[in-house]
Amino acid sequence: MSNPKPTPRIRMPSTAKANEVIEVKTLISHEMESGQRKDASGQPIPRKIIKEFKVAFNGREIMRVDWHPAISANPYQAFFVRVPETGTFEFTWTDDDGSVYKAEQKVTVG
Amino acid sequence: MKLARKAPSRRDIFGLTAAGAAAMVVGPSASLATPEKVAEEIKKLFGDRKPGPGKIKLDLPSIAENGLVVPLNFEVESPMTDKDYVKAVHLFAEGNPSVGIAGFHFTPLSPKAAASIRIRLAKTQDIVAVAEMSNGQLFMERREVKVTIGGCGG
Repeated sequence: MSNPKPTPRIRMPSTAKANEVIEVKTLISHEMESGQRKDASGQPIPRKIIKEFKVAFNGREIMRVDWHPAISANPYQAFFVRVPETGTFEFTWTDDDGSVYKAEQKVTVG
Repeated sequence: MKLARKAPSRRDIFGLTAAGAAAMVVGPSASLATPEKVAEEIKKLFGDRKPGPGKIKLDLPSIAENGLVVPLNFEVESPMTDKDYVKAVHLFAEGNPSVGIAGFHFTPLSPKAAASIRIRLAKTQDIVAVAEMSNGQLFMERREVKVTIGGCGG
């Protein structure tokens, strides 16, 4: 029954050409308990999902996504970003219980 | 895994021969979303603005063996500039316990209004995508996914 702390993983290049569009693949370990299931004794298992995923570059928001219980466990999301200059992409996941999980990746333009 | 150990009596009650992924996702007593509920939700978001066809490429498998992990991938045609970009893409499920799947809010900093995710589907149903452009125009696309449940040809 233990729920280890969700661990984010990011896969993206660490270097890019100026204004290059690159693909980012993200994954975070999380059970995404839908709130629809019942345990062995028939009691509903309370919902606990990551409800929001945000991506920013040097503090400016690029994309924000609301996730609902239909998102699979260990949520995966791939998407595209543009790299205007050397900087840091910040990824933030917000849990139903208010916990925030973060990851970042520096990309160098050269 | 917890639910795989569910008491057999319950299976009998609901007479599910293929009580697999669907039961795990949904729970037998949950009421499901319907096409009407999706339409209602779209109306709630956009009022009387009606979505038209086009612009959205929505990729899903036509048959999903495992309803717990169904790959979904979309792209909305747009130059993604300050003046002309995709503001939001909403994904809805017509046969899940709840209507919403995800809502993407893009900005002109997003180079493409596209993403790949993995979703849960309780049963065979249509997935609906609605894109809202920066000028207020709406587009809609739908795709049916047949969900074959369980591992025994159910």
